Amino acid sequence: MPIQILHDTARHPRHAGRDATILSCTDPKTLEGLHWLACYLTTGKHMAFYASFGTVLLLLAVTAPVALAFGFGGAMAARSHFAPLRWFGQGYTAIVRGVPDIAFFLFFVIALDQAIEYLRHKVRCPDWDQPIRQGSDFVVCQAAKMPLSTSPQWVHETYGFAIAVFTFAIVFGAFAANVLYGAMRAVPHGQIETAEAYGMSQRQSFWRVLVPQMWIFALPGLSNLWMILIKATPLLFLLGVEDIVYWARELGGSKTDIFEYPHPDWRLYYFLALLVFYLVLTRLSEIVLKRITHRLSRGQATALGEAQRKAAA
Amino acid sequence: MSCLETVQAYAFRSIGLGERLLPRSDFTLCEQVTLIGSGLIWNIYFGVLALAFGFFLATAIALAKAARSPWLRKPAEWFIFIFRGSPLFIQFFLAYEMFVLLPKVGFPVNLGFVEITLATSFLTKAWAGALIVLFLNTAAYSAEIFHGALNSIPKGDIEAADAYGFTGWTRFRKITWPTMLRLAWPAYTNEAIFLFHATTLVYFSGFPAWQQRGDALYYASYFADKTFNPFIPYPILAGYFILLTLCVITIFGLVNSRLNRHLPAERRQKLRVRPQVIR
Repeated sequence: MPIQILHDTARHPRHAGRDATILSCTDPKTLEGLHWLACYLTTGKHMAFYASFGTVLLLLAVTAPVALAFGFGGAMAARSHFAPLRWFGQGYTAIVRGVPDIAFFLFFVIALDQAIEYLRHKVRCPDWDQPIRQGSDFVVCQAAKMPLSTSPQWVHETYGFAIAVFTFAIVFGAFAANVLYGAMRAVPHGQIETAEAYGMSQRQSFWRVLVPQMWIFALPGLSNLWMILIKATPLLFLLGVEDIVYWARELGGSKTDIFEYPHPDWRLYYFLALLVFYLVLTRLSEIVLKRITHRLSRGQATALGEAQRKAAA
Repeated sequence: MSCLETVQAYAFRSIGLGERLLPRSDFTLCEQVTLIGSGLIWNIYFGVLALAFGFFLATAIALAKAARSPWLRKPAEWFIFIFRGSPLFIQFFLAYEMFVLLPKVGFPVNLGFVEITLATSFLTKAWAGALIVLFLNTAAYSAEIFHGALNSIPKGDIEAADAYGFTGWTRFRKITWPTMLRLAWPAYTNEAIFLFHATTLVYFSGFPAWQQRGDALYYASYFADKTFNPFIPYPILAGYFILLTLCVITIFGLVNSRLNRHLPAERRQKLRVRPQVIR
């Protein structure tokens, strides 16, 4: 890889004199062609751009289990025998369905932030007498600010990312609750009755019979949800996180001669790269999910499980 | 300003009629409801037109994907893969950057006897550019739904059509197409609802809201930014969208019952709507 060599000239002092004119990136104005491109693609900002792909994958890796947990809780609540809890569960699954998800994202980011600051304000500054909402302002005491204005940059970034993850988890948790609720109802009733006939309590039959069997019914819905989640990740940009969309706009915009690497408007190419990234990601997920479906169908009393049994016999 | 005056001033603000200046301070509930409702015009415009045009392209692509010739099948598969495999948000950005790079003056087109200029600048405006993206996007999703339905048409229906001497276009028009629509309709209803939700992305994805003429979410976030209070504009927006979703369900339900009218009552497919979960 030429990129590796580029910054390596220091290690070979004997060649440094000759190579510096060709390979080093100290003065990009003198570079041409591929070397210019190689230097251009390895600037600090580009490294941040590549790292932001990691942000997207991190968001996916964190959000998926959290959303699944929210969904499981929501589905359990919706099945509850205690009426207020059931209403809460059903309301949670219903509300997110009729309204665009992006509206929820924009809403929750501010709402969560204000809720946290409000609670901290109540705890930290109990003798504060002014109202918190003053016309168009939301005023809390300095000690209640989240994160504190004195904290370093990475705390701000982590806080922003955490709020974004939580927002994604709330919205996708509602979708997952819907899927899991349907899956729990899809498990044949005879299974539960048999479990109860064996003397299992309700709790036991739920955890030992219903939950292990429901996944195959939930899988089509959950795979679908995973795909939707992947395609929702660029919305991070709207939540104020410096993600791939942010960097694509930032780096791709036309740069005048003041910059080290002047170039015309290249945003089209950057967004093409993002498009390819997402196409690869969804395609890979499709292949993996197909394998999981195959795997989970083994020995199940479903059409695919039956087909597998016949093929083996 | 009384509420009635506010409605008169702002009801059509999103399409450029009425008061030019948006309210800047002391926002009343009436102003928020009116302006967000005014923005809804754009959501309905994008949704209805994209669905109407996308329906026909989707049918064509579904047929192409079901075709035997790879010259038809492969492009259809790639079209569906690209538009279903990538986020709509990225598609908006990409399309906008592409339209921006087109020459401002337009392309000269020589027709032999007369030379005309093909204007391109309108493509960078949301009303045309975003509509094209939404149109292609919904066509891809619907084509996948239609293709699935095409594959699950009962064999007996086609055989019966053959036995009655139906061929070619007549067979498609009278048997294949109505059956395909009937089978696809519940999933297509979901797609329609999802598309209306997706229209809210337009003004957040590169396409500028010219003279602050935006959609419902644009105004909702305007108020949320100005008042720093998300608890009023977003619930208003949610209310509007729930109403819009109910309208879509009602209209698609009517079409569904018409598509199923020849079936005995107990075999009719009920429209079970699960927006956003099946896509």
